[in-house]
Amino acid sequence: MPSVVSKQYSDDVSLLVLLLDTNPLFWSTTSITFSQFLSHVLAFLNAVLGLNQLNQVVVIATGYSSCDYIYDSSLTSNHGNLESNGIGMPALFGSLLKKLEDFVTKDEELSKEEVSEDRIPSCLLSGSLSMALCYIQRVFRSGHLHPQPRILCLQGSPDGPEQYVAVMNSIFSAQRLMVPIDSCYIGVQNSAFLQQASYITGGVHHTPKQLDGLFQYLTTIFATDLHSRGFVQLPKPIGVDFRASCFCHKKTIDMGYICSVCLSIFCEHHKKCSTCGSVFGQSKLDDASSVSDKKRKAPST
Amino acid sequence: MAGGQVEKRVKYKSSVKDPGTPGFLRIREGMLLFVPNDPKSDSKLKVLTQNIKSQKNTKEGSNKPPWLNLTNKLGKSHIFEFENYPDMHACRDFITKALAKCEEEPNKSAVSTSSEQLSIKELELRFKLLRENSELQRLHKQFVESKVLTEDEFWATRKKLLGKDSIRKSKQQVGLKSMMVSGIKPSTDGRTNRVTFNLTPEIIFQIFAEKPAVRQAFINYVPSKMTEKDFWTKYFRAEYLYSTKNTAVAAAEAAEDEELAVFLKPDEILARETRQKIRRVDPTLDMEADQGDDYTHLMDHGIQRDGTMDVVEPQNDQFKRSLLQDLNRHAAVVLEGRSIDVESEDTRIVAEALTRVKQVSKADGETTKDANLERLERMSRLAGMEDLQAPQNFPLAPLSIKDPRDYFESQQGNVLNVPRGAKGLKRNVHEAYGLLKESILEIRATGLSDPLIRPEVSFEVFSSLTRTISTAKNIIGKNPRESFLDRLPKSTKDEVLHHWTSIQELLRHFWSSYPITTTYLHTKVGKLKDAMSNTYSKLEVSFEILHLSDRISNWE
Repeated sequence: MPSVVSKQYSDDVSLLVLLLDTNPLFWSTTSITFSQFLSHVLAFLNAVLGLNQLNQVVVIATGYSSCDYIYDSSLTSNHGNLESNGIGMPALFGSLLKKLEDFVTKDEELSKEEVSEDRIPSCLLSGSLSMALCYIQRVFRSGHLHPQPRILCLQGSPDGPEQYVAVMNSIFSAQRLMVPIDSCYIGVQNSAFLQQASYITGGVHHTPKQLDGLFQYLTTIFATDLHSRGFVQLPKPIGVDFRASCFCHKKTIDMGYICSVCLSIFCEHHKKCSTCGSVFGQSKLDDASSVSDKKRKAPST
Repeated sequence: MAGGQVEKRVKYKSSVKDPGTPGFLRIREGMLLFVPNDPKSDSKLKVLTQNIKSQKNTKEGSNKPPWLNLTNKLGKSHIFEFENYPDMHACRDFITKALAKCEEEPNKSAVSTSSEQLSIKELELRFKLLRENSELQRLHKQFVESKVLTEDEFWATRKKLLGKDSIRKSKQQVGLKSMMVSGIKPSTDGRTNRVTFNLTPEIIFQIFAEKPAVRQAFINYVPSKMTEKDFWTKYFRAEYLYSTKNTAVAAAEAAEDEELAVFLKPDEILARETRQKIRRVDPTLDMEADQGDDYTHLMDHGIQRDGTMDVVEPQNDQFKRSLLQDLNRHAAVVLEGRSIDVESEDTRIVAEALTRVKQVSKADGETTKDANLERLERMSRLAGMEDLQAPQNFPLAPLSIKDPRDYFESQQGNVLNVPRGAKGLKRNVHEAYGLLKESILEIRATGLSDPLIRPEVSFEVFSSLTRTISTAKNIIGKNPRESFLDRLPKSTKDEVLHHWTSIQELLRHFWSSYPITTTYLHTKVGKLKDAMSNTYSKLEVSFEILHLSDRISNWE
């Protein structure tokens, strides 16, 4: 009956899309093993599902060369055979782990085919963000009553500057859809993309110091639904790293040239914008450089 | 009081008690001369206005006689007794004016001597910039007046501000007004039955631009046949006749006065130009005229300027001017813009310049025979009828559709090269994947770790989070987008920002002085360092006042 459903549908129903970092190059270098990490994450997912009967969870694995949907709690085929699960494993997650294993195998195949470019060992964040946003868009169009979606990004790999444009596009689409992107960064370096994502979309960014207490971090900070965030104090970062990467070399820069037509960022002076094709005039700094070439004159006094 | 001279009958007294010698006071520009009536008396007086320090006079309402007391620079006072108060006032005003003029001149001479190195214009520019930008003014006051930086050094980094301003000024041209000349109504004086037109060079330019016949007439008639004033009087008489719409009177006056007739006739030169333009219009435009819209046969499309309908006799038709003609001509001229750069006041020069320009443009516009042929050919090609033509087989041009992958690949760009052997990488990746798969199998086998998390670790996490949240709240406030500066009171914030800009300025000069090669640079660097430490101590003081030093140390 529709009225019963609407009564049960309170404003703290949430749809959590979890982007799980499965970059093997990162996981081979961490202090916490992938299995320990997974147990924290799975317990957290269980907790989220336990908060409200109507909560939904979707897990997307972010690999080295590909991304894929691993788990969707709204599908009924999850309650698989009990025999395939081991002891101590919640029944829900049998299929998750199976799919994760298949995904990792597929990802390995793809990375073998790939020409071994020397790139920063980043995970495919832009791909998984796009997949998450597509799923959320489908939920929005499904009907009047839908849970409030948010994205949680669990990542340890460093940022790949070649994904800057795609990641920024996803962030802006999330901003327009009013979907907050929370991010939990467990890696060594700082991730500018994740900081910017959380800042722009109004989500929470946190870098846990103790990785063996990851479950505690997850449940304290990232389990709150969007409605409750209005009256719960969550940790805020003091500053945000707003550095961009240039469009020509994909280097991270904080001072550069910007095309006034399409706002593309370049690290050095170009004659023409590579994105929109507009021709640039002579740089004003050419005058300054000619001035500095002249001998610095001491005043006549 | 005509010219620069005042002459009054006065009595001269060298002091108050003196009865006074009658005579004449002549005040001229720069000089004051008193001549006594009695040629034998020796109280002739000549005072230069430069030497007059001040003047005093008795008030009109009081019972005292009208006296004017002039003190010169040496302290001597001369008192003049006038016959009546109005005389005294006249003299006093004259002297005041002369004194004011005297004061101006010394100032002018001082300015011109000091600006030998800089032109007056540049000084004015600097003052203007300082006046407009209060931040700049503050910096200027702070550094140049406390002798930390010299004037030249201060402006050396701001060449762009100085240079650009002047360039900007010269590049922009003033356009033409869109108000029509014929829309200018004269002022009528009902009492004296006079109609007064105001004529400015701007209006003259516009009249010459819009009515080439008037311009031609001006060149022909002035100054040979009539003066400029007469010319314009006749022109405005013609305008007045038009505005009254009295075509009969216009015809009559035109018959009398041939020069007036020039203004009343339709503009021949204009008509010639438009005929040429019409000949060159491309007829291949496909516009189907609607037969029902037959407003073209009515004069002015049936609209009169004042909204009234008029009937015109056929022979006086040429003396009528329509609103549409005026509007179109004016619009055409405004859109053309200012075709000449002459700003002279002399009407004749303006007229000649305009004629020259028009002749040049006419010469350019005249099409040669070849161009004409080409045009006709093009017209016939465009206006061809498809079903009457032979079947054409056009040569096919290949489509050039850009590959969209180019765009995406350009986004990849040249990726940073991390030095690693290719084979080594492959092995690494394979190993890593192996480890990953092992982990997954492990967790499938053993399940979630038990205990999931140790209580001590959990407690530590809780306490650190609480600490983070509470300190962040104290420093930043509830809104993550609020900056630290916004929490300060406004005056402190302005002060801090001003200190920041001043430190920027000092640092710029500081680093530009390196490497230190001369003693001048050495002293300059020393001065800059002192100024910077001053600013730092000022900042410290202001922060102390706000008790923020504790909070800052906590935060760090």
